[in-house]
Amino acid sequence: MVTSDLLTTILSIMESKMESYEEKPKVKKKVFNVLVECLQNLYHHIDKDADEKVSTQDNSALLMISKSENDYKIMTGNYMESKNVENLKEKLELVNSMNKLELKTYYKEILSNGTRSNKGTAGLGMIDIARKSGQKLEFNFERVDNGLTFFSLIVKVAE
Amino acid sequence: MEKLILEGSAKTPTVNFDGENGVMELRGRSIPENSIDFYKPLNEWIENYGNSPKPNTVVDIKLEYFNTSSSKCILDLFKQLEKLNSKGTVVNVNWYFEEDDEDMEEAGEDYDAIIDLPFKMIEVEEI
Repeated sequence: MVTSDLLTTILSIMESKMESYEEKPKVKKKVFNVLVECLQNLYHHIDKDADEKVSTQDNSALLMISKSENDYKIMTGNYMESKNVENLKEKLELVNSMNKLELKTYYKEILSNGTRSNKGTAGLGMIDIARKSGQKLEFNFERVDNGLTFFSLIVKVAE
Repeated sequence: MEKLILEGSAKTPTVNFDGENGVMELRGRSIPENSIDFYKPLNEWIENYGNSPKPNTVVDIKLEYFNTSSSKCILDLFKQLEKLNSKGTVVNVNWYFEEDDEDMEEAGEDYDAIIDLPFKMIEVEEI
């Protein structure tokens, strides 16, 4: 289960890791910000299904963080209902088609005009991730069965 | 009127709303999964303050991080303050950001573009 406490723990581990690498403040902040949004995406999307009777598989999530010489990579994976794939895919493709300035304008537009779900999510997550990352988002949808699809996302933050 | 003081936590900012001096400060990080519950008492406090505000109101935003769930709540807070601006108080916003934190500086600029309040961008070494 992805709980609020689990997210707090992961964030705190990641902060002290970057502290110990003596990471540049700018990079540290970007990685932290992207990680917050990625984790909260997992939290909200899995939270939604928790009301219904779902198997452990549907509820599980994947998180990997890697650091190479040039960048940090944050990778997440979760199951989602296949019927929602098209929407998400369109959103990701739209975000990927935008440059820095277009993303800023789009963010402001959704912030000032967009509505908010009862979970407090505002539809800004992916836009914010793309802005902070400064690079194209890599994603993949893998159809499983029973109307489920495995969604994976890779976000890079350059050193 | 009573002050609103909240200790910061791993995911929520320190709040220091002082009606006697007309100063409202948010400091630290605002990254709760659901921000609505956290911001509700802040909005209520501002509503009360609006009944008898000081001639000058200063809003100090000293955030190190905020998530997208908070961004909407922060906008709502500014919208409330925007309304106060014409009701017997002059509202000024100080938006603090750390050196080299372009993302936080841009976030301040984003709000400045949407909200009709004077924003002062203040770069500091550490928040």
